[in-house]
Amino acid sequence: MIHLEVNGKRHDLDIGPDVPLLWVIREYLKLSGTKYGCGMAQCGACTVHVDGEPTRSCVTPVSSVSGKKITTIEGLGASRAGRAVQKAWTAEDVPQCGYCQSGQVMQAAALLAKNPGPTDTDIDASLSGNLCRCGTYQRIRKAVHRAAGIMAKGGKP
Amino acid sequence: MKGIVNISRRDFLKTGAAISGGLILGLHLNLPESVNAAAQQTPPLVPNAFIRIGSDDTVTIIVNHSEMGQGVYTSLPMLVAEELEADWTKIRVESAPVDPVYNHTAFGMQMTGGSTSVWSEYDRLRKVGAAAREMLIAAAAETWKVNKKGCRAEKGVVIHTSGKKLRYGQVADKAAAMPVPAEIKLKDPGKYKIIGRPTRRLDSPEKVNGRAMFGIDASVAGMLTAVIAHPPVFGGKVRSLNADKARAVAGVKDVVHAPSGVAVLATGFWSARTGRDALEIVWDENPNAKLSTSGMREQYAALARTPGAVARKEGDPEAALAKAAKRLSVEYEVPYLAHATMEPLNCTVDLKPDSCEIWVGTQFQTVDRNAAAGIAGLKPEQVRIHTMYLGGGFGRRANPASDFVSEAVHVAKAARVPVKVIWTREDDMRGGYYRPMWYDRIEAALDEKGDPLAWKHTIVGQSIVAGTPFEKVLVKNGIDNTSVEGAADLPYAIPNVIVDLHSPAIGVPVLWWRSVGHSHTAFVVESLIDELAHEAKKDPYEYRRGLLAKHPRHLGVLRLAAEKAGWGKALPPGRALGIAVHESFGSYVAQVAEVSVSPMGEVRVHKVVCAVDCGMFVNPETIKAQMESAIAFGLSATLHSEITLEGGQVQQSNFHDYKVLRLNEMPEVEVHIVRNTEKPGGIGEPGVPPVAPAVCNAVFMLTGKRVRRLPVRPEDVKQT
Ligand code: FES
Ligand code: FES
Repeated sequence: MIHLEVNGKRHDLDIGPDVPLLWVIREYLKLSGTKYGCGMAQCGACTVHVDGEPTRSCVTPVSSVSGKKITTIEGLGASRAGRAVQKAWTAEDVPQCGYCQSGQVMQAAALLAKNPGPTDTDIDASLSGNLCRCGTYQRIRKAVHRAAGIMAKGGKP
Repeated sequence: MKGIVNISRRDFLKTGAAISGGLILGLHLNLPESVNAAAQQTPPLVPNAFIRIGSDDTVTIIVNHSEMGQGVYTSLPMLVAEELEADWTKIRVESAPVDPVYNHTAFGMQMTGGSTSVWSEYDRLRKVGAAAREMLIAAAAETWKVNKKGCRAEKGVVIHTSGKKLRYGQVADKAAAMPVPAEIKLKDPGKYKIIGRPTRRLDSPEKVNGRAMFGIDASVAGMLTAVIAHPPVFGGKVRSLNADKARAVAGVKDVVHAPSGVAVLATGFWSARTGRDALEIVWDENPNAKLSTSGMREQYAALARTPGAVARKEGDPEAALAKAAKRLSVEYEVPYLAHATMEPLNCTVDLKPDSCEIWVGTQFQTVDRNAAAGIAGLKPEQVRIHTMYLGGGFGRRANPASDFVSEAVHVAKAARVPVKVIWTREDDMRGGYYRPMWYDRIEAALDEKGDPLAWKHTIVGQSIVAGTPFEKVLVKNGIDNTSVEGAADLPYAIPNVIVDLHSPAIGVPVLWWRSVGHSHTAFVVESLIDELAHEAKKDPYEYRRGLLAKHPRHLGVLRLAAEKAGWGKALPPGRALGIAVHESFGSYVAQVAEVSVSPMGEVRVHKVVCAVDCGMFVNPETIKAQMESAIAFGLSATLHSEITLEGGQVQQSNFHDYKVLRLNEMPEVEVHIVRNTEKPGGIGEPGVPPVAPAVCNAVFMLTGKRVRRLPVRPEDVKQT
């Protein structure tokens, strides 16, 4: 039995210890917002938070996060940084195909939770592991700054 | 207007469009065959196939083009809403089922591609919106028993001169019974309230909270997940198979053969993939095992020195070359490229004896439906395709061979269960259908003044449409137009021109890749013009201007980009500008790239100023976003990506060895849009072609090294 706490809900799962967290989230918990892009920590589409840390779920064996608090894109709106990022992303019209965006949003929210006023260099360091084939990078950068502004104003856009 | 049919008046409202009350202008998710037949006989202009209005005032626009990031789920509803006088906040979007009423107005099949969505729907969707508006007005007038001349529509409300008002939701039912207006007068563009205004995407909210449903997110009760072992060499077949170890993997339920390989079906992706990797397969030998990039290069280079099929000829280029004051002879090359959409290919199929339901992100609904029907032994009408969000398309999901859809239907048929086939990233990267590898040889001559006198361009590369149903339409006199587009229509004033083509048959599957032929021809043409300018000792911007006198729209964007970028201004040390202009898909784009090169030869693009003239446009926000996107896409190909073969096998597998642009490499992009009343052009692709030459022209300014092969290799440009 593996015990997971995902978006505040506890799950007891009878699954192999090596199954990557990504597929547990997508297929057992039916939370399809977390995406598969590469399966080898190259693209960031599968990013979730494990105890607040942005984590590539595609290379994370489920047994290694047993008992830890996991947040997926579906649960992100519960946090201040998460809400600010989602608001900023919509305001900047960031998504195109959208496939990478769950991962981008998760990565950005984790950055802002730790560093409420990131510089461009901080953004580069945090988000360069998240690929976007649609090339929304310029808007992502703007949206991270905007989200920081939203948080500074107590959540108002 | 002749040919508009009010489908909702026929008695099949019950067949589809199950919405909560207030059904109007309702339509058909499951068209009975008789209606299909009727629809086929009418021109593709059926207002009600595109609009549904609920009693709660929501206006659902049924969009017949696939949303793959290019913004059609926003721009196409804008066309309808403008004439419908809809309240934009009440607009919802739904993907269209497959039906002839949703066929592409130019191509006669349901599809998304060629940067055509907006221009091909520009008239139809406005007329559809206007027809519905007139029917709503007529319904309100009848309710009030007034002359409809005294009524107008505004923001989802019909208003009478007396001040009486009815919301669309209130007259929706009645409107469905109104005749379709015989004459439809479209608005004067000067009165537009929605078209032409920057409008936020409608799909953003669900794309930032995880709710957007892509093909890979589809789920059917009882479904298994399949991962397929494809041959390591294109066209390979299984000689022998031992599936014992695969079957022993926990969760694996079945192993079946498909024409494209061996499928392992399991309760989930991980088991299926583990099982697939445990298959022991001996593949047959086939001639493609001899393919290698270096071998092809040699073959192509040799071909480039022989005459090919002539795509354009003017004057006497050979004679002009022979007696010219100055001659240049150069060769350019670009590699195979994978589309590498962020969402790997996938397809979900629920096959029953008398029906087949498919959930897939596709750009090619009609082609896929017909292919599925053929495999399943069903009529096309028995196949239902749910078009999901596409996690990127770039052409890969518009395959005349329907590879990923056909394969999934084969697997479902063999396994007799609903199945979701998922390609791993490695499968996707190695699965072929690449942008062809190209080799170009150009000989050019200048007169004493430095003006070009002759231009001889030989192109070598596979035909994309050879062997597909598109061959008949797109290949003329041995010329696949997609191979020479952007080269044969060279706009520069040169008196003696020949452009010819070799289309070798090679066993690597190829396909359209965002901007198709232009993705390589613009690189060659725009680099070469720069080379000629340099030979002529002229400024590359002024040189182009001098040769484009007869092409005002090229000139317009060229001048705009140069001005906005401050062409000729002093730059920080170690920086240079490069410029390029190109027309494709009915639109004109010029870009100025600001670049630096490290001593080790790493190219950094700091800024791209982009000017675009796509004629009349719908959503300027989309244009900006598509230019940013195209520039990032083009930079990946300029700086990083290539697919190579050795022993017939693709050598790249994932994003560690097929590199694409990352956020820290993204230049600042500035987009300037020309406003005019020209015919609308495309916007999804035209931003790609100028990127590579603009960047490489800047690299030349800086280093004196001419980049003639992509991606740029540090050893080709580093300071020696
Ligand atoms: S899917 Fe996990 S990083 Fe790409
Ligand atoms: S929005 Fe398409 S991959 Fe990022």
